[in-house]
Amino acid sequence: MRIVVQEAPFDLGAESDAFAAGRHDMGAVVTFTGVVRDVNDQLDVMEIEHYPGMTEKALTKIATEAMQRWSLGDVLVIHRFGRLAPGDRIMMVATAAPHRRDAFEAADFLMDYLKSRAPFWKKEHGKDGTSWVAAKDEDEDALSRW
Amino acid sequence: MDILYFAWVRERIGLPKERITTDAATVADLVAELIAREDRYAVAFSDLSALRVAVDQELTDFDAPLSGVREVAFFPPMTGG
Repeated sequence: MRIVVQEAPFDLGAESDAFAAGRHDMGAVVTFTGVVRDVNDQLDVMEIEHYPGMTEKALTKIATEAMQRWSLGDVLVIHRFGRLAPGDRIMMVATAAPHRRDAFEAADFLMDYLKSRAPFWKKEHGKDGTSWVAAKDEDEDALSRW
Repeated sequence: MDILYFAWVRERIGLPKERITTDAATVADLVAELIAREDRYAVAFSDLSALRVAVDQELTDFDAPLSGVREVAFFPPMTGG
C-alpha cells in the first residue's frame, strides 16, 4: 500500500507500471485518474488545499479498509495539492487484485470515500472570480452504497 | 490547544491556526467560546451544519469531548478526488 500527497505532478504511466510490476499473482489492475475539468472555458486555476497530517491518515484508513474488504494485492493513492491548471491530473488510485471485480469495486470504493472523507478542498479561480467548490449531496449519499 | 481552520472557514476567520487555552469540555463548548470572542468567529460558525470538525486529526462531531486533545480543526465538507 502506498499513499502519496504531493504538490508536484506525477507520471501516470511510470506509476502504473511500477505499481503492477512483479506481481504475477495479480490478474487485474484498475487505475482511475482525476483530472481538473473546465466545462465552459471559465477556469484559470484549481487551487487544492489540504490538512497535512490528517490527509495521509485519512487516506491510509480508507486504503486499509479497502484491503480488508476486498481480495487485493496492493493499493496506490496519489493526490496532489496546490495550484493546478485545467487538464492537469489531480489524483490517481490503482488497485491490484487476482480478479477484476475486486479491483473495480475497491477502486470505486476508494474514490467514493476519498471524495468526502479525505480533507481536501477545492477553490476555483476563474473568469468570474473565485469560489470554493461545494460538496455535493450525491457524493455523501454515495457512501451508503458500501 | 491548537485550533486549525481550512478553506472558507480559514478565510472568514482570517488565520490558518491559533493556539488557545480553554476549559471547554466539548467541541460545541469551544465553538460557543470562539463565537463570543469576535464577530468573525460568529460569522464563520453561524451554521454548524455547513461545518465539519476533526479532533486530533480524526473526523468527529460537535459533541466530542476535548479532554486531553491537542488539535481541533474546523472546515467545510471535504471535496477530494
